[in-house]
Amino acid sequence: MITERDVEHIGMLADIAILREELEGFTASFNRILEYFDILDQVTGAGEGEERSFNVFREDEVEPSLSRDDVLSNTLETEDGFFRAPRVM
Amino acid sequence: MSGKTLSFHPDDRYNAFLRTIPEVSYGGGRLSGIPVAVKDNISTRGIETTCGSRILSGYVPPYDATVVTLLRKEGAAIVGKTNMDEFGMGSTTENSAFGPTRNPRDPSRVPGGSSGGSAAAVAAGLVPLALGTDTGGSIRCPAAFCGIVGLKPTYGRVSRYGLVAYANSLEQIGPMAANVSDVNLLMSVIAGYDPRDSTSLDAPYSHVPNMDIRGTRIGVPEEFFGEGVDPRVASVVWDALTLLERKGAEIITCRMPSMSHALAAYYVTCMSEASSNLARYDGVRYGPPSDVRKPWHEAFQERRREGFGLEVRRRIMIGTFALSSGYYGKYYAKAQAARRNVREDFRRLFSEVDVIAGPTMPTVAFRFGEKSDPLSMYLSDILTVPANLAGVPAISVPCGKVEGLPVGLQVMGRWMEDERVVDVAYAYEQGVQP
Repeated sequence: MITERDVEHIGMLADIAILREELEGFTASFNRILEYFDILDQVTGAGEGEERSFNVFREDEVEPSLSRDDVLSNTLETEDGFFRAPRVM
Repeated sequence: MSGKTLSFHPDDRYNAFLRTIPEVSYGGGRLSGIPVAVKDNISTRGIETTCGSRILSGYVPPYDATVVTLLRKEGAAIVGKTNMDEFGMGSTTENSAFGPTRNPRDPSRVPGGSSGGSAAAVAAGLVPLALGTDTGGSIRCPAAFCGIVGLKPTYGRVSRYGLVAYANSLEQIGPMAANVSDVNLLMSVIAGYDPRDSTSLDAPYSHVPNMDIRGTRIGVPEEFFGEGVDPRVASVVWDALTLLERKGAEIITCRMPSMSHALAAYYVTCMSEASSNLARYDGVRYGPPSDVRKPWHEAFQERRREGFGLEVRRRIMIGTFALSSGYYGKYYAKAQAARRNVREDFRRLFSEVDVIAGPTMPTVAFRFGEKSDPLSMYLSDILTVPANLAGVPAISVPCGKVEGLPVGLQVMGRWMEDERVVDVAYAYEQGVQP
């Protein structure tokens, strides 16, 4: 059973704010969905095998890529050719 | 480029498009001058691409997705970007931040989703061809609900470079059109190897549909006609299978026990992948900006609360939970085991039959608001998710109506046998024509 406190904690882990009035609705839907997922408890056997996966290596060849102007074209907040982000500390 | 221009001013009464290009230049090639609609989670250079989300409003990609490059190379006129459930998360197109699309066959009903805009644009006759994407049925569901044809290719056959990621291990771009021949044509343009997609297969598609299906063994799993499937839909689909039998196919009933866990496996997997993929939306590089004066987490959390719709937030959070320490074994690891069981079921069945068929959707198109409870919407995907979990090709072709609303026949094939599912759909389509 997931509580409203759990949902707040998950929101924090996922970096998604939850409004006070949304908490009840999210908690109810999480519980319904997770209860449905409990059906997976019956599944036996190991996870996905490697049968169709194999590593493909290649030389690291430098090719043309997007220009700095192109990459910065979708933000208003730039500084000296870099993205400007909120402070971390 | 031959430098010609197409004027495109559609009567978009069903809200199929998020934006259209009034004057489109195009060149020569196999699709020269043909209007093609592109789902809004596929990057188009110079054309806003939002994935139906506020968090990407104003985002103009600086590059084309590989499929878009391939379309342009064949002269296609890319006339607009189609509406969708936000980031592909939905089966109705009601989850678009820019309002729902309505079903041209009955505007009081949803077109299906998440590629509902592409399906509606084709069904309304606004374009002959459209691209959709299919993570758990998002091409086939709207194709079935709108009465058109849609193909989810074998995983890896069409490049995902430039497709805005939601659940990478499941999703594929695919063709949608009014008939099988047009789907076949569009598939031949977009398939092929792309070094920019690490999951890309070197398997170009060049095929002429063949309606001779004599000797084709069609497996029909009981589970596709089980609980939750409208008996009227089941009856229409059985009629279609009987027609294929008359055309020389052999109908073989079979079982697919892994179906009982497939839906939960699918949702745990896609939500987990979404929680990782959608972490990139922080308001720093694209979309409406975060407040750079606030501390990082506060700015980030606020931006994501405002920018994402309810369903997207729900899926990111449940995915985060499913991957968190202490729960990974209960959810994600079990989902991968169930996914392997689905693959094993397909492998076993495909040693006995050539294709597997059943309904695409358990019901006809829903009314607006009918699936407002998220779990009840998820349950409607039960018949489409197995093909995504296994990576096999699957097509939906219109096969009749229930109370005037279209029903889709779904045909799934062996890994890399996209041509064969196209042939069976073609045999049905040609077989019903007078």
